[in-house]
Amino acid sequence: MLASSNESEAIPGGFCLLDFLKTLLSSFQDFLFLAGRSFRNIFRSPHYYDDVFLQMEIIGVGSLPIVILIGAFSGAIIALQMARALNTYGAGSQVGTIVSLTLVRELGPVLSAVMVAGRNASGIASELGSMKVTEQIDAMRALGTDPVQKLVTPRLIATTLMLPCLTAIADAIGLIGAYLIAVPLLRIISGAQYWSTSWRALVINDIAQGLLKPVVFGMIISLVGCFYGLRTTGGTQGVGRAVTEAVVSAMVWIFVVTLLIDKVFVGL
Amino acid sequence: MPAPQEPILEFKEVSLKFGDTWALRNVSLRLSPGETRIVFGAAGAGKTTLLKAVIGLVDADQGSIRLFGRDVTSSKETDLFALRRQAGVLFQEGGLFDSLSVGENVEYPLMTQTNKGAGVLAAVNTENRVRDALRFVELEQTFDKFPSEISGGMRRRVGIARAIVTEPPLVLYDSPTAGLDPITANTIMALLAKERDVRNSASLIVTHRYQDGEIMSDFRYDQEHEDLVRLNDGADAAKRARTKFIVMKEGEVVFFGTKQELEACGDEYVKKFVRHEG
Repeated sequence: MLASSNESEAIPGGFCLLDFLKTLLSSFQDFLFLAGRSFRNIFRSPHYYDDVFLQMEIIGVGSLPIVILIGAFSGAIIALQMARALNTYGAGSQVGTIVSLTLVRELGPVLSAVMVAGRNASGIASELGSMKVTEQIDAMRALGTDPVQKLVTPRLIATTLMLPCLTAIADAIGLIGAYLIAVPLLRIISGAQYWSTSWRALVINDIAQGLLKPVVFGMIISLVGCFYGLRTTGGTQGVGRAVTEAVVSAMVWIFVVTLLIDKVFVGL
Repeated sequence: MPAPQEPILEFKEVSLKFGDTWALRNVSLRLSPGETRIVFGAAGAGKTTLLKAVIGLVDADQGSIRLFGRDVTSSKETDLFALRRQAGVLFQEGGLFDSLSVGENVEYPLMTQTNKGAGVLAAVNTENRVRDALRFVELEQTFDKFPSEISGGMRRRVGIARAIVTEPPLVLYDSPTAGLDPITANTIMALLAKERDVRNSASLIVTHRYQDGEIMSDFRYDQEHEDLVRLNDGADAAKRARTKFIVMKEGEVVFFGTKQELEACGDEYVKKFVRHEG
């Protein structure tokens, strides 16, 4: 026992790794506590409806242009690439099926979430981080307002409601983008055939995972943004650090959760 | 509301650590209505932590803190919100919400206390109280401005208006005069004395300026002449005794007493916070 103790003392790297893991676990625990309080507050008074609608406008309406743009280009790119590949096998008429499945199952939810994470996880982290370093969060607590109730829960509700809407819009615009490439530009398929194959390709499983993903992503983006914002320390430099951490973490979690949801739905 | 003799605030052997550093160490104090405590100390001595501990913004590791008769140390965060609404707080940087106008900032504590949908009369009453509070700090003209559009001294005064708009029995002031010119600093301290004497509120004031303590200890607000009046040494001894000084060092209270006792103290650290004339 003594020997092993002395040995571990001689390896400071071992302690660093342990400290790192402890910090990581402690942070994850804090995140879970914040998530728990935020969800619980949805059913508790007071309800800040004004803040929910304001956040829905900022997150939903504000993200619309970028989501439309990304949706259109991603649909067009898939059509362009797939048309070439499918033509090789004489299956150019299946371009609608491929675009529809790819967009609704994966690219629509993931690309929309990545865009919203870049735009809103950073925005939330910087706003809450600035409030933290200028004592506004403490002031809020001192004035008898729960910052989680006032700041986190409205953002959670707004992002969770708006991201599925944005994803549905991105999917629709993506299909139009793909149509413009496949039908008028490449002329590999007729318009009626394109829309018919696109629609028929989708089954309830695809729609379900296409709508479940943005709901989960919305929760992740808002909670990660709020979590890093509320634990900001160290002035303006700390705000910058919080924003970077929030965006990176949100994006990593989006891809991890995509894999988990895919695993569940592929098995169904 | 506690009985007149009952302390509004009571610290008993309170200790608090940040990592390996003591932020508060065996701190005990009592504060009754109309009384003032001036807290001096070097940077990092634990002054702001003391203030935050009063309303449970930081949790004590040992000891007990009772505020308005309730134990802060054993209460959950969600249970503390109602208690905190009974105390006014001025933060070092004002702590104003930069997305709200000055009027909305001062209105905020009233909105957390009352029902938002209580009708037109309640709305008019609320606006009147906000304007009264802003008039008290002589800033009614800034009602529609945003915090970024007014000076640092004005922000501090708006912070005072927000702290006192609910007429709380206890007001906590964190460095109300830090970084301000002497004229603005004296104006703000006059407002603090006025608030104490007009409403008989208790005050806990963290400051670096000896003059701030002098104003609170040696002057009273004369409502008739709307000005500060110096207290007599003899007749007003009881009023002077309402203001006591605390000097903190590395989380510990190293001095507690009246202004006279502070000036007579021989401790080298304590003497650094006293302005000796002549």
